[in-house]
Amino acid sequence: MLRPISTIGSYVLLMRRVFTRPQKGRLFWQALLFEIDQLGVDSVGIVAFISTFMGAVVAIQTAYNIDNPFIPMSMVGWTTRQSIILEFSPTVISLILAGKVGSRIASQIGTMRVTEQIDALEIMGVNSANYLILPKVVASVLINPVLIVFSMWLGIIGGWGAMLFSKLVSTHDYIHGIQIDFQAYIIFYALTKTIFFAFIISTVSGYFGYQTQGGALEVGQASTKAVVVSSIVVILFNLVLTQLLLG
Amino acid sequence: MIEAGHIDKYFGENHVLRDVSCKFYPGKTNLIIGQSGSGKTVLMKCLVGLYEVDSGQVSYDGRNFSVMNIGQRKEIRQELGMLFQGAALFDSMNVEENVMFPLNMFTRKPMDEKLERVNFVLKRVNLENRNKLMTSELSGGMKKRVAIARAIVMNPKYLFCDEPNSGLDPITSNLIDLLIQELTYEYGITTIVNTHDMNSVLSIGDSIEFIYQGQIWWSGNKEEILHMGNKELNDFVFGTELTKRLRK
Repeated sequence: MLRPISTIGSYVLLMRRVFTRPQKGRLFWQALLFEIDQLGVDSVGIVAFISTFMGAVVAIQTAYNIDNPFIPMSMVGWTTRQSIILEFSPTVISLILAGKVGSRIASQIGTMRVTEQIDALEIMGVNSANYLILPKVVASVLINPVLIVFSMWLGIIGGWGAMLFSKLVSTHDYIHGIQIDFQAYIIFYALTKTIFFAFIISTVSGYFGYQTQGGALEVGQASTKAVVVSSIVVILFNLVLTQLLLG
Repeated sequence: MIEAGHIDKYFGENHVLRDVSCKFYPGKTNLIIGQSGSGKTVLMKCLVGLYEVDSGQVSYDGRNFSVMNIGQRKEIRQELGMLFQGAALFDSMNVEENVMFPLNMFTRKPMDEKLERVNFVLKRVNLENRNKLMTSELSGGMKKRVAIARAIVMNPKYLFCDEPNSGLDPITSNLIDLLIQELTYEYGITTIVNTHDMNSVLSIGDSIEFIYQGQIWWSGNKEEILHMGNKELNDFVFGTELTKRLRK
């Protein structure tokens, strides 16, 4: 009963150390660019692959399920757009990033902890939490929205590609469908969720990595915990944010 | 001088350090010796503030470290260097970047001055022209020497070494010991070395604290240690087959 409360307490205390002014601005910017490359650019491939194929699958399933002649085939484009923008890209891709990026952050920081590299930073008088975690959080919050917009675009392109090859819906109908009743607010909604999820994934993973004690086994456990907990928190916040932003 | 006064440290129910009081002198290699699990590393981590003491105090040249806030401790920490048991070099950086890290973090010197200082300390630990090697390319002894270079690059007043020759062959161990001693004498550093290696004790032990079951059991120096009647100390000193035979 008390354990989750104490975990939340120690997470908050760690975040107080993370969100302070970096000791050396130039080193922070260097670390930030490095993390943008590692956490963001390195994830482009997996995001592109999954988004394209999921967009295609959504479009094909929708096309096969429309058997009422009164429903126009342009609804395939509309449904694909709505599914991709509202839920698939911001939430599912964030969950995939929780696995990829979260485990990377936790295992990297966890290894630094068990090999005394974090102690070495502390001994030098460096705020290790700020030095190690803040660039990762800022990089995630900056780069994840870019990845998600990229994912949205590829998902819709993937749907169009599937329709083109399967000839289930004409390009004209599909393009018309993705333009029907478009509200820019859904992009705002998706990107707001993405920013929250990026923050959750990077801070929760950073927390579990930073708290690692022991050896290689515990680094693995910390990495797994980071992915599981950040995924659960993302799902919970998805519900809360959806209610707040669309309700 | 570093002074520990009546330190107690618990981990849950486990009373690891019991009323530990000792002094460590400048310009000397001060050794903390004892069996594995006796509390040496905990004492060292209490001295540098990685562990908070439950009671007692640690002072650096009269400055009470135990009651300082984070900002005040930061000032003291910039005066100390530490060599960790596993060297604790940053994996993502090469030798030069590791050694330059404290200079980058805490000074505003131009790059050429920083590089000059890095090259000087690398030469001092016999690692000149190895600047661009990654830590994964270094042997155990080289890692320790890079860690020593990083520890002394800011001209520390206090140097802490946690089992500096663990995992090294006897010849490399001896080189590391002598290097630590040379640096201590040359710069008048207050050096504290945690070890259970008797060779180190006899070669560099200017001042020795023997810790047994979390208590300071004996204090002395390398000349006195072989002639004591203390059973626990003798069990430790003459614990290996080699020393037993030599004693006979």
